Amino acid sequence: MNWFTAFLGSSIGKKLLMALTGLGFCFFLFIHLIGNLTLYGGKNFFLSYVEHLHALGPVIIIAECGLLLFAVIHVTTGALLFIENWRARPVGYVMKKNAGGRTLGSATMPYTGFLILTFITIHLLNVHFVDLSQQTIFQVLQNIFAFFPYVVFYTLAVIIVAIHVSHGFWSLFQTLGANHPKYMPFIHGLGICFSLIIALGFGFIPAYIRFIV
Amino acid sequence: MTTKTINLTLKVWRQNRGEKKGKLKTYFAKNISGDMSFLEMIDVVNEDLTKNREEPIAFDHDCREGICGMCGAVINGRAHGHEKETTLCQLHMRHFSDGDTIVIEPWRSRAFPIIKDLIVDRSALDRIIQSGGYISVNTGGAPDANAIPIAREVAETAFNAAACIGCGACVAACPNASAMLFVSAKISHLALLPQGRIEAAKRAKAMVRQMDQLGFGNCSNETECEAECPKGISIINIARLNREFLKAELC
Ligand code: SF4
Ligand code: FES
Repeated sequence: MNWFTAFLGSSIGKKLLMALTGLGFCFFLFIHLIGNLTLYGGKNFFLSYVEHLHALGPVIIIAECGLLLFAVIHVTTGALLFIENWRARPVGYVMKKNAGGRTLGSATMPYTGFLILTFITIHLLNVHFVDLSQQTIFQVLQNIFAFFPYVVFYTLAVIIVAIHVSHGFWSLFQTLGANHPKYMPFIHGLGICFSLIIALGFGFIPAYIRFIV
Repeated sequence: MTTKTINLTLKVWRQNRGEKKGKLKTYFAKNISGDMSFLEMIDVVNEDLTKNREEPIAFDHDCREGICGMCGAVINGRAHGHEKETTLCQLHMRHFSDGDTIVIEPWRSRAFPIIKDLIVDRSALDRIIQSGGYISVNTGGAPDANAIPIAREVAETAFNAAACIGCGACVAACPNASAMLFVSAKISHLALLPQGRIEAAKRAKAMVRQMDQLGFGNCSNETECEAECPKGISIINIARLNREFLKAELC
């Protein structure tokens, strides 16, 4: 093993991989949300945004490849950490209580992560790998959100993403070594705001498309 | 003046030396004074057990002043009990009520095998220290105490980290059984001071490598360690450890 694999294979190295790819996903979520907010501007506004986005051509392909690579790293490292951490305590406690450090987000990271992976797969099949020769992407959205169980599924998925981010956001700064009493409260607050914005921004899309458009 | 006493039901983890399995056994602690420490309460129970020719409950302890780091058990699901910044030997029975049932379990981690009952083998922490938790100095006459100027804030921060007594509660409380808080306290205490700075990079790499090899879990920033640490060691030290390790590896 050379120093690079030894470094990334160490416990802190793996933490770092999770943090950097996680940061990448936060950027992606942010851009994706800004893009999707055009939906609230009506059908034509949204379609013109989609057209502009696709006009970027190779940039989009590079970004997609980057996201795929990030996803592979985040998921495999996360799975490895989950197994290692599970093995680190072979006999559990009969009684264990939280001391106040754990949050809903932090306690459920591997599980919300797995659910998000499932959601992303279905989401991509529904809106990315679809034939757009006979229909616009807006019609695709109208069709999938017309099916009520899908709306429920989508809303739950968005909430789960927000829960995952509520821990992931501040946690990535801590991993990168950025924790100081001066600015950590701000990062904590920013993380909570970011998750709420994600939950609300994405979460109202089905309702908007079903009832308002 | 008579002090108020309480009666308790204890469910204590009993595991014989050399055995892989153990179980909770129920005992009764009668007429316990609120001024007793948790360990003194077990002493009382052990006296009864001994009188009845039963094996007393084995538990670790030494100073009973909250400074040595020998004591510790998980009390009703909380490392060192529910009182903040308190070691088990400093946890007083006045914090419990008459009729309470108390579950007492040892630290649980793959890196801390159980020796007997509540005693676990914490030599893994010693091995981490041996790998780099020291400074190398030439022997000789003691240097002048104030020869190297150190800013008071820096000295305070280093001292706060040095307050770690190596009890292992952070590992016990961590959902991942990670030793990062302990390692970060040692790394911080030395890296902040000029004497420790010289070997900081080598130390960070060696201690993290040793920690990884000993079977501790990986930190996922759950912050349960900070909440349970009897010495109030902050996870800010873990951020510093992450920085030190990154610097050591990348610079
Ligand atoms: S960091 Fe705190 S909990 Fe962990 S070993 Fe040191 S004193 Fe004990
Ligand atoms: S016995 Fe020394 S700290 Fe508790």
